[in-house]
This record gives sequence, C-alpha cells and structure tokens, in this order.
Amino acid sequence: MSLLQVEKLTKNFGGLAAVSMVDFKLESNELVGLIGPNGAGKTTLFNLLTGVYVPTSGEIVMEIDGKKERLNGVKPYVITKKGLARTFQNIRLFKELTVLDNVLIAMHQNSKAGVLASIFRLPKYYRSEEGMRQEALSLLSIFDLDNKQQELAKNLPYGDQRCLEIVRALATKPKILFLDEPAAGMNPQETADLTKQIRKIQQDFKITVVLIEHDMSLVMDICERIYVLEYGRMIAHGTPGEIKQNPKVIKAYLGGEE
Amino acid sequence: MKQLNKYNAGWLALSVIIYFVVQMLIQADVIDYYYQITLMNICMDIILALGLNLIIGFTGQFSLGHAGFMSIGAYCCAIMMLKMPDLTGFLLGLLLGVIVASLVALIVAIPTLRLKGDYLAIATLGISEIIRIAILNMGDLTNGAAGLSGMPILNNWTLSFFGIMLSLIIIVNYIKSSPGRATIAIREDEIAAESMGINTTKYKTIAFVIGAFTASIAGSLYASSFSMIKPDNFGFMKSVDILIIVVFGGLGSVTGTIIAAISLGILNMLLQPFGQLRMIIYAIALIAIMVFKPGGLLQHKELSMKKLFGRLSKKNTPKKEASK
Repeated sequence: MSLLQVEKLTKNFGGLAAVSMVDFKLESNELVGLIGPNGAGKTTLFNLLTGVYVPTSGEIVMEIDGKKERLNGVKPYVITKKGLARTFQNIRLFKELTVLDNVLIAMHQNSKAGVLASIFRLPKYYRSEEGMRQEALSLLSIFDLDNKQQELAKNLPYGDQRCLEIVRALATKPKILFLDEPAAGMNPQETADLTKQIRKIQQDFKITVVLIEHDMSLVMDICERIYVLEYGRMIAHGTPGEIKQNPKVIKAYLGGEE
Repeated sequence: MKQLNKYNAGWLALSVIIYFVVQMLIQADVIDYYYQITLMNICMDIILALGLNLIIGFTGQFSLGHAGFMSIGAYCCAIMMLKMPDLTGFLLGLLLGVIVASLVALIVAIPTLRLKGDYLAIATLGISEIIRIAILNMGDLTNGAAGLSGMPILNNWTLSFFGIMLSLIIIVNYIKSSPGRATIAIREDEIAAESMGINTTKYKTIAFVIGAFTASIAGSLYASSFSMIKPDNFGFMKSVDILIIVVFGGLGSVTGTIIAAISLGILNMLLQPFGQLRMIIYAIALIAIMVFKPGGLLQHKELSMKKLFGRLSKKNTPKKEASK
C-alpha cells in the first residue's frame, strides 16, 4: 500500500462540509501539490491529517515499518512522532525565542535526556544537548540561517521566518512534510530560490513533500502530481500537464457558463 | 566534568559571596532580630515566586492556587516537627511535604490543566480553597482553625539560603534544558508546540508539579520560622501576594523574580510605620510599575554569567592593546 492513504475523509463544521469524501494517496519520496481556490478546504485537509481537527468520518491510514496504523483522531504530537510534520499558513514560530531554540524545540521528541537528567545535569544531558545543537546548526545551514542562530525569531525578515518554519518542521525528522503556502508574500526572486530549496530538501532527505500553493508556476514547476480541491471536494488529480488541460480545474479557477 | 565550567563557577562564587556577606552582617548584628524576620520572609517569597513564575511566566498557565501547596508543606513539616523537635524532624517534614505536595499537584494537574486562561485560574483557586478547607477539618491532625503551635524555631539564614539554592537549581536547570524549552514553547504557541511533537499536557503537568514542590519547601520554612501556623495564613491573599511578585519582576525572568521579592519585601518593611496608609502606598507603587514597565521590572531579561564574562573580556582586551 501507499505511505499514506486517505479514504472518504469528511469534516463538517455545523452545516458546512469543509472537506467531504476526499480520497488521496501519498507514495514515499515524491513531491505532491495541493491546489484550489480560496476556501476550498486545503488547510482544513492539512489540519485533519496532522491531528489539529478530528475527522467527522473517513479513514487516514499510514504505513509505518510495514504495518498499517490509523491516524484518525490521534493527538497532533503523536502524529508528529509517527513522521508527519507541517508548517503553518500564518507563521507560527516561537517568536520570543532564538532561531536555534526554535529548531531545538522541534528536536525535543528525539532527545534522550529526560527531566531528571536535565535537572541534575547528568553527563547524558551534556551529550544529548551538544548533539542536538550540532544537528540543529546543520539543518539551519540549508537556508543559511546558521549565522542568525542567536537572533529572536520575531526579528527575522519575513522570508527567513518562512524558511525557519520549514527547518523547524524538518527537525522533527518527518517522513511526510506538509508545507502550507511556503511562498506566500515572497517576491518572484525569493519564490524561485525557495522552489529550488524545496526540491533539494525533498531529494536530500528522501521524504514526501505535500505543498499547498497559490503560485501556479511554482506548483507546475516542481510537483510530480497535483490534487485539486474545490468546495471541499477533490475535483481532479494528475500530472501538471493533465491538470492544466482539465476542464473542471479551468472552470474552478476561471469560472464558466452555468 | 562539564558541570565545572567557568559560568557555573561564576554562579557558585556569587552565591558563596552573598551567603557569607549576609551571614557576617547577621553576626555583626547589622541585621538584627527584627530585620532577620524580614529576611526570612523575603527568602520564602523568593522560593514561592520562583515556582509560580515557572508555572505562569514560563509555561503560560495562570495559577492562583500557590498558597495551597505552600500550606501542605507547612503542615507536613509542622506535624513532623511536633513529633521530633530538632533538625532531623524538620528535614523529614520537608521531605514529606514535597512528596505530598507533588502528589496532590500531579492528581490535580491532570484534569485542570486541560482548561485554559480564566477557567484554569478559577480551578486552581478552587483547589487551594479545597486544600485549606480540608486542613481546617482534619481534626486532631491539623487542629482545625486554631492551627498548630509549639514548633521549634529552626529557620535561619543558612536554611533559607539552602532552600533558595535548591529551588533555583531545580528551576533554572529545568528551564535551560530540552524539556524546559518544550515547556516554554507551550507559552509561545500551544498549537505549534503540539505540531512539533510536544506532549503539552505532560510538560504543563511537570511544570505544575515542580511549582508545587518548591512551594512546599517555602511552606516548610514558614512552619519553622514562626512557632504557630493556621489555615488562614494560606488563603487567597497569600496566592495574590506571590502573583504580585511574579508580575512585578517580569513574567519569565528568574532574576526579575528575585529582585522583585527583595524590593517588595523591603518596601513592605519600610512602610510598616505608616499603618493603614501602607497598603495605599504599596498599591500606588504597583500601579506605577505597571504603567511605566508593563512587562515587569526585567521583562524577559536575565542576569547571565556568559554575558558578564563577555563584557569583562571586552573591557580587558582594549587595555592590553593600550599597554602595548
């Protein structure tokens, strides 16, 4: 089976079906795009997959070490431990903390030193702390953020904040990385750089990346497959070439005669 | 031995100096008996406020029940000391107190820490009242409203100092570690923290238990400072007093908490002769600090040996160049 399989996933907010009967699959080591007009339910779908919302109905099944595991209604931190990491559309960094601390926090779930080892400063604490610091710095160097490690996250330029969110998500050692509009608010040059970086991260870390994005050139450029959502329903799925030709997608974006 | 780096050595030197300077002032009778009582009170306030700052300032959970955990420590210690009126009794009582207080905190934390903001504040307030009413009705064990009396007065500067050092080491080491960072992440953004794989309930609970642990140490010191305790000593107003210190010093600043506890303690003492006017002046001072420094005295800032050493070495380098 696939790495992640979603069947008939539905989420209702009162009378509104934000996501309804969505099916989709993720294979390991691929780059998938998720597009759709505003309010189509893209972020809601991310929130369902990462445990922020509990699905009204449907199944989310992940294959972990050859075994199937249901992820419906599992708490977000457990889902992160299983290998799903995400960034947020409206940046959610730990603003008052340093760049380095932001990354170290994401590495905490793999930290070996427990509460008592930390309070009594056992040798284990020093070993694990130094190891984590080195790893965090090497992750930060992907986006050239390692020389800004002691700056507060809130003082970073907007583009760097977006990059830091990606680094932070990578620090949880994910198998699947969900990026929610990583290029929002960036200028064309920054978007082009980011595109290259996302591609590189996906290949270097051998992970699956799912991308929500409104910048069509970015999506068409790097995604191997694209899913299209409209009004909470999956209306199309295919390669970038197929999606460009798909009449339903053209109608959803440009409108059409009723 | 990485523990013995120059920063820790700096802290050790600073604390030893403070200890001996105060000890000498007491020996020389500069700090007389009356001032010593103020000193003990300040020490207790420091310990209490440090624990509450971990819960409110670092974890972002608003608790109004700190006095409840203090009373557990005080009563456990008092009961032990009445059976064994010496230092062993005090230490056993201290140990019993921290165990009971931590257990109560653990039991209480699991259901209440799911609440947020105002609701959590009301729930913790309720818990401290429950503890107070329970003590009031425990019959011979706690002697009800009359309280317990006849404990030996053992508390002195040395004991208080060790109480502060124990609380400081536990809290500072916890904050500056991976679990501590996870706890601070909860204050910064709970949803993001959970998405980064942090079990938020677990770390809120740990912070709450450490807070109760240190409150209980302060309670034990209280029981051995005055030969009598009664449930009224640990009411809502005591929790508010500690809260004021925490807010005054700056949420999330250990240094600020210590400075605030000392300055408010001294202010309180200086205002004694004014009688009823005292509370008005005290209140005006608090309002003034909130208007001019809304983040508290030190906000997030800390006294850091690293920066201190950095500054000293910067000062030294130009001197060397000049001598050349």
